[in-house]
Amino acid sequence: STMHVPTAAPKPNIFAGLSDVSISGDIPVEGEINVPVGTPIQDKEYSTLDEPVKDTILRDLKAVGKKFVHVMYPKKSSALLRDWDLWGPLLLCVTLALMLQGGSVNSKEDGGPQFAEVFVIIWFGSVIITLNSKLLGGTISFFQSLCVLGYCIMPLTVAMVVCRLVLLGGSWRFSFIVRLIVVTASFSWSTFASTAFLADYQPPNRKALVVYPVFLFYFVIGWMILTV
Amino acid sequence: KMASSDGNKNTNTEPWGGFEDNIIQGTGSAVIDMENMDDTSGSSFEDMGEMHQRMKEEEEVAEEAEATEEETGEDGEFLGIKGIKGQLGRQVADEVWQAGKRQASKAFNLYANIDILRPYFDVEPMQVRNRLIESMIPIRMINFPQKIAGELYGPMMLVFTLVAILLHGMKTSGTVIREGTLMGTAIGTCFGYWLGVSSFIYFLAYLCNAQITMLQMLSLLGYGLFGHCVVLFVTYNVHFHSLFYILWLVVGGLSTLRMVAAVISRTVGQTPRLILCGTLAALHMLFLLYLHFAYHKIVEGILDTLEGPNMPPIQRVARDLPVVATAAMNAVNATVKTLGVILQSQ
Repeated sequence: STMHVPTAAPKPNIFAGLSDVSISGDIPVEGEINVPVGTPIQDKEYSTLDEPVKDTILRDLKAVGKKFVHVMYPKKSSALLRDWDLWGPLLLCVTLALMLQGGSVNSKEDGGPQFAEVFVIIWFGSVIITLNSKLLGGTISFFQSLCVLGYCIMPLTVAMVVCRLVLLGGSWRFSFIVRLIVVTASFSWSTFASTAFLADYQPPNRKALVVYPVFLFYFVIGWMILTV
Repeated sequence: KMASSDGNKNTNTEPWGGFEDNIIQGTGSAVIDMENMDDTSGSSFEDMGEMHQRMKEEEEVAEEAEATEEETGEDGEFLGIKGIKGQLGRQVADEVWQAGKRQASKAFNLYANIDILRPYFDVEPMQVRNRLIESMIPIRMINFPQKIAGELYGPMMLVFTLVAILLHGMKTSGTVIREGTLMGTAIGTCFGYWLGVSSFIYFLAYLCNAQITMLQMLSLLGYGLFGHCVVLFVTYNVHFHSLFYILWLVVGGLSTLRMVAAVISRTVGQTPRLILCGTLAALHMLFLLYLHFAYHKIVEGILDTLEGPNMPPIQRVARDLPVVATAAMNAVNATVKTLGVILQSQ
């Protein structure tokens, strides 16, 4: 059983052949129908919902760790900015605030900064610096800047740990000088590191205007660490 | 909003309106003619209003259906209706969400737009440096309005620098704040002074008919804090009573004179000038006094115990002690006092 298909007819009579077509209802039509399936391969790359939690956590930790390494050796790379995340800054901020608060527990007076105080200083300071750099004509986005400023607190956190260790032993005078040197070095390192990342996104003649608040910010944090 | 490109041909004369034009227009265009939204007075666009009304009703029903979805759960009877209206409801709800989001982002862009502040931050480092230096140089021309730069970067940075210096001073003096934190106190004091006194002087200037805008006042007072920063930075590290008084008069006086001259040059009349000049000078100088003394009582107390009658005034004993070691400092005090007594007896 064949189907009578109209052959290629000359254009003006294109419908002429159709009048010859007659298919009765009970003749089966042969052929294949292929429904194109949407490529599942693409979905697999972006669907991270099905992987085990351990994989997700390890991947994020690796990303955070890579950024820490970038901060320790600040070269002009855009890796820190391309995939920004706020886990690292949060971790550093909480660690710093916990360690700074621990100092006030020992003293009777309320001389040390509270946890909330440190937290607020770091985050509001970062927000203000970001707003300032945006207002001065910077092209960096809000969260990228928060990410960079947060990650560059790492040298100060390391200095905090060192100060704690130094305070445990040694004469007081000597330990103060050592702490002063360590904190000064780490705060300049922080400023330098964040400048290395942020400076490219500013208009070239206003770099000093953007660096100064960053300097003040890390100076205040360094001062809190030194005098806790 | 104007109608779609079809044009609204008002060719129907019957009160109920013909169907053909409007239905084609209604189904063909995705644009709802806004000016006919509420017009159901029998014009030919009644159908548009009706359609809109129907949409609204459907949306309400869809919302109700969604709201009762959780309640009815597997109610079989309800599912039948929900099957049709559910999808429509979702579409309408989606539209409502989009419209709401658009409006919210419009409002946000209007009010929270930081671009409003952008022109006030348009400065070069050289300009900032020059303005800092100029803030200490009073200009004597008071018969012609002096030029005041309307800029906010310099003042803001100076306020934050003052905050940092205050923190430094508070830490070294061991100021203990009971209700509140050190940082909060410093920020509150500095920003409160800058914004509050600017507003107050602006209000007075408004009363006295002075030609000065709020922005200029903020800028002027902000740059006036440069003198305060310098004085406090020096005297928190070098503790001479007389040095502080000299600096207070000279540096504080210069920056006050500059501000006062600028404000006076924009005021007419003896009495208004006197009022403005007096208030501004008093507030500015007193603020510096307050900053120095409020955060330095404890240090001076320690200085007094250290200074015996024969001891030289320079006693920089452990200026940067953290609070924890005040006990150690008291021990030092005691030994130095006994030393003083011994020296005296000789």
